[in-house]
Amino acid sequence: MIKIAVLVKEVPDTWSDRRIDPGTKRVDRDGDVVIDEINEKAVEAALQVKESGGGEVTAVTMGPKNALDAVRKALAMGADAGIHIIDEALGGSDALQTSAALAAALGSRGFDLVIAGNESTDGRTAAVPAMLAERLGLSQATFLRTLTVKDGTVTGERMTDDGHVEVRASLPALVSVTEQIAEARFPNFKGIMAAKKKPVETLGLAELGIAAGDAGGANSWSVVETVAAKPPREGGTIIKDDGTAGQKLADYLASAKLI
Amino acid sequence: MNPQLSEDEHDLSAMVRDFADTVVAPRSYEADTRHELPMDVVAQMGDLGLFGLPFPEEVGGQGGDYFSLCLAIEALARVDQSIAITLEAAIGLGAMPIFRYGTEEQKDTWLPDLVTGRALAGFGLTEAEAGSDAGATRTTAVLDDGEWLVNGSKQFITNSGTPISRFISVAAVTGERTRADGTVTKELSTIIVPHGTQGFTVEPAYDKVGWRASDTHPLTFEDVRVPEANLLGERGRGFANFLRTLDEGRIAVAALATGAAEGCVEESVKYAKSRNVFGVPIGRHQFIAFTIAQMQARVHTSRLAWYDAARRCDAGLSFKTEAAIAKLVASDAAMRNARDATQIFGGYGFMNESLVARQYRDSKILEIGEGTNEVQLMIIARSLGLDG
Ligand SMILES: Cc1cc2nc3c(=O)[nH]c(=O)nc-3n(C[C@H](O)[C@H](O)[C@H](O)COP(=O)(O)OP(=O)(O)OC[C@H]3O[C@@H](n4cnc5c(N)ncnc54)[C@H](O)[C@@H]3O)c2cc1C
Repeated sequence: MIKIAVLVKEVPDTWSDRRIDPGTKRVDRDGDVVIDEINEKAVEAALQVKESGGGEVTAVTMGPKNALDAVRKALAMGADAGIHIIDEALGGSDALQTSAALAAALGSRGFDLVIAGNESTDGRTAAVPAMLAERLGLSQATFLRTLTVKDGTVTGERMTDDGHVEVRASLPALVSVTEQIAEARFPNFKGIMAAKKKPVETLGLAELGIAAGDAGGANSWSVVETVAAKPPREGGTIIKDDGTAGQKLADYLASAKLI
Repeated sequence: MNPQLSEDEHDLSAMVRDFADTVVAPRSYEADTRHELPMDVVAQMGDLGLFGLPFPEEVGGQGGDYFSLCLAIEALARVDQSIAITLEAAIGLGAMPIFRYGTEEQKDTWLPDLVTGRALAGFGLTEAEAGSDAGATRTTAVLDDGEWLVNGSKQFITNSGTPISRFISVAAVTGERTRADGTVTKELSTIIVPHGTQGFTVEPAYDKVGWRASDTHPLTFEDVRVPEANLLGERGRGFANFLRTLDEGRIAVAALATGAAEGCVEESVKYAKSRNVFGVPIGRHQFIAFTIAQMQARVHTSRLAWYDAARRCDAGLSFKTEAAIAKLVASDAAMRNARDATQIFGGYGFMNESLVARQYRDSKILEIGEGTNEVQLMIIARSLGLDG
């Protein structure tokens, strides 16, 4: 039986207006938040591994109170336990600090496989999985679109710009998965009710053994200097046909290196 | 969060809404156009546990109650009434009578596949000459040599001809009873007639105005023989049993109608914000905004009405009048909201590919099925001592 940890996170709903708080320069998490879709797929991948060869799945999140909803969703889908890392002092953590907190939480628990989404839809650094693997000393295989675990080995297809490569690692390992990995199942009612009875452990700075002086935005290695909203899309260029439109179109496409 | 709902109920509703939007809705137009129940969607609803919602885990159910079933039906009807009524009928008319009145053997035989959506069953009450007046039933079942011999026909029977339809519970006259005052009445009972039994024919489907993806057929029974053990519930209790079935069904139809009315609001709000006419979004006109505000008020009151009836039902309190009121106001809300929504959509609202056009066609039956609204008024009037 293998022990699987899957990382999950609440993010602002991509269907609603997302914004960055200009005061704190952080993502505004007061609006509609949902479990990140890529994480649902990561949970699905974890459950499929569990169903194919037996195992236990723990959903791990770091975030404020409502981040627990992401763990609940994973539990309703079929995960067995949850870990919620929550501490005021962790607010504003950058990728390095987040990976440190996750490593502290996962470190001594003997997970055979850690599964993460390739990048979150809010921060989009895509850095946490690799950092976490380094900190935990695990082999890593990122950007997988397929995932199979057999005889202590994880294999999968890693997406690249022009195709994919087959990769393999022996357990323990960390993998990150792309959108294509699987369609997430819907939890059923029994699952929703059972989720509330499954164990969720809460960890703060003290339990993680992280010093207050190392935690949170004030102590982070990276600093957000300024934030700006994406400029509204400008109207395109309209070419009127006076006999030269074909040439103009071709010139335009060539200038954009499209032809 | 809605204070009327527990956390589990809230999560269930959110989950089914998500399922409705991502799995059901993309298939609805095609299914409606082809007059065909999308069986793969039904299978996915089975995986989700929807067909087992109100049944205990001992029989393979999800351990919810009638209220939770109605929440799911409401969530589905926002985008597709055909799918919602398929679930409603599968449970209310198919599985529930077996669960409630069946013998242990009948339950063991039929429930496992019904509560998982691997099979569907129907309830055959309505006949050409017996709709609102079920007492006028003509179909007969006579005990003959240890078997029921069934003869007659039924009409408008939901879920009776799908590829996974397994049996029909048929309301039939099984004899006569003499009351204490000497009057003679028909003895009504319910007989389980499995598909494939010789003499039982599922006639071609109806060409319906709405609920076109839902499966509805006339049925004929010609010297159909089934074992004596296929009697469902006590002999002579047929009438009482299906009245209970219909009372509950009204709550579910009220929930369905509420969902339909809500779907019309959702579509109208989106359209009012995005459709520009004379240079402004039409929602800026007070007339349009107020129309949608009225629609929303109807959704809210309908919802409170079915919540109340369903809670009473689950608590074992009397709910007959409340169910009738809920069905009356909610079906009215669905009908009016569909009419308002199509008006807001203008010409596009008259095109079958728009959801509001489908809601418009689908909503009319809500005033007719599971007891017409006139029947609901009769029930409410009776509760006031007005026997008419
Ligand atoms: C799509 C669809 C699916 C259905 N599914 C099923 C099913 O699965 N199983 C099943 O058994 N049935 C089913 N039905 C039948 C449905 O329940 C009946 O159509 C309904 O009960 C009305 O019966 P009727 O059509 O015979 O109308 P009638 O009883 O003939 O009524 C005609 C009109 O007279 C009115 N009326 C009757 N009596 C009175 C009165 N005393 N006072 C005032 N007005 C009165 C009615 O309200 C109605 O307006 C379905 C119907 C449809 C359309």
